[in-house]
Amino acid sequence: MDSTQLAIEERVAEQHRHHRKAVFFYVWVALLVMTAIEVYLTYQNLPPVKMLTILLGLSFIKAALIIGYFMHLKYEVNIMKWATICSVVGCLIIMTIFFFPDAFRILHIGVK
Amino acid sequence: MADSALHDIPSVYEPSLFGTYSKKIGMWLFLLSDSLTFGALLYAYSYGRISTTDWPTPFHSASIVNATIMTAFLLTSSLTMVLAVRASVDRNAKAQTLWLLATMLCGIGFIVLHGREWSNLIAEGLSLPMFPAVPGHEAASEFVNVSKTVPQFAATFFGLTGMHMLHVTLGVIYLGVVALRRKFIPILLVLWLVAWLGTPVYSPFHYGAHVLLIAAIVISIILWLKPKVYDSSDVEVAGLYWHFVDLVWMFIFPLVYLMSAKIL
Repeated sequence: MDSTQLAIEERVAEQHRHHRKAVFFYVWVALLVMTAIEVYLTYQNLPPVKMLTILLGLSFIKAALIIGYFMHLKYEVNIMKWATICSVVGCLIIMTIFFFPDAFRILHIGVK
Repeated sequence: MADSALHDIPSVYEPSLFGTYSKKIGMWLFLLSDSLTFGALLYAYSYGRISTTDWPTPFHSASIVNATIMTAFLLTSSLTMVLAVRASVDRNAKAQTLWLLATMLCGIGFIVLHGREWSNLIAEGLSLPMFPAVPGHEAASEFVNVSKTVPQFAATFFGLTGMHMLHVTLGVIYLGVVALRRKFIPILLVLWLVAWLGTPVYSPFHYGAHVLLIAAIVISIILWLKPKVYDSSDVEVAGLYWHFVDLVWMFIFPLVYLMSAKIL
């Protein structure tokens, strides 16, 4: 491996050494608590649309915690953060535009 | 001023645009492409759900409890993975191996519980045409009509969760190689034999177990061609993959299980 890569690896390792372990425990507990809330809501028989909204909201918060803290993206340089997030979100928006109007239309007219 | 003069090294590479090493950028690129694979599968599942008025809700309380324990396993495995990365940057090889093994154990726990869930659903009649019939369960099949009237449920459920289970399995193997290197190959072969011979012939896992054999062959070739001691960057890159598998489950669990629960 070339010396530039080794130097970058050592710098990244040094960044890791400065992170407090307690933060990871807090994130883990928060993830477990949010999972417990999701399961609790399942037993409350909420209307499906309300249920879906809350579950997706919690899922996105959990995803952000995992990506930010466990996957270390919070500590990466800005261009890395934006390139990663924008590309995925952009593709998911395109998928949404293609898929869902048609699915709702089928629901409206009924499946023949 | 030239980069080589700035860094005082005879490098032929430019400094990284993304501020990190190339292995990590490569893994992020793979994860981005993989997120689109799972995105497409989740959209396909949601599309089927919205466009089908009589969508089945097969998950009883026992299934929800099972899936919740599976989620706890994955979340805990992410914590142990982070601790493995931390041990690796602290150059504590023993702790690194122990945390990696703990992560693998949680992953195996997830796979076993998921396999049990699949087996129960198949025994109750929720199946795919490619799955062999379970002997003696035809009369008691709860979901035999679901497979005929709403075939897209079984197709999207087994497709989505099967793809995720495959990712978890490959993740466990990946971590095993990073933690134990060549010593992991005989362990993997034993796991293959247990999974193959320990499951009945009509189970999809009887044939799915051969993934472990294929992985053992591929790993043997890779370690023979390029034997190395894995350093902290390798552990961190493996960790990125593992956290991604956890991340995907954070969407599968509520969308597939909780939104299709039958709580009486």
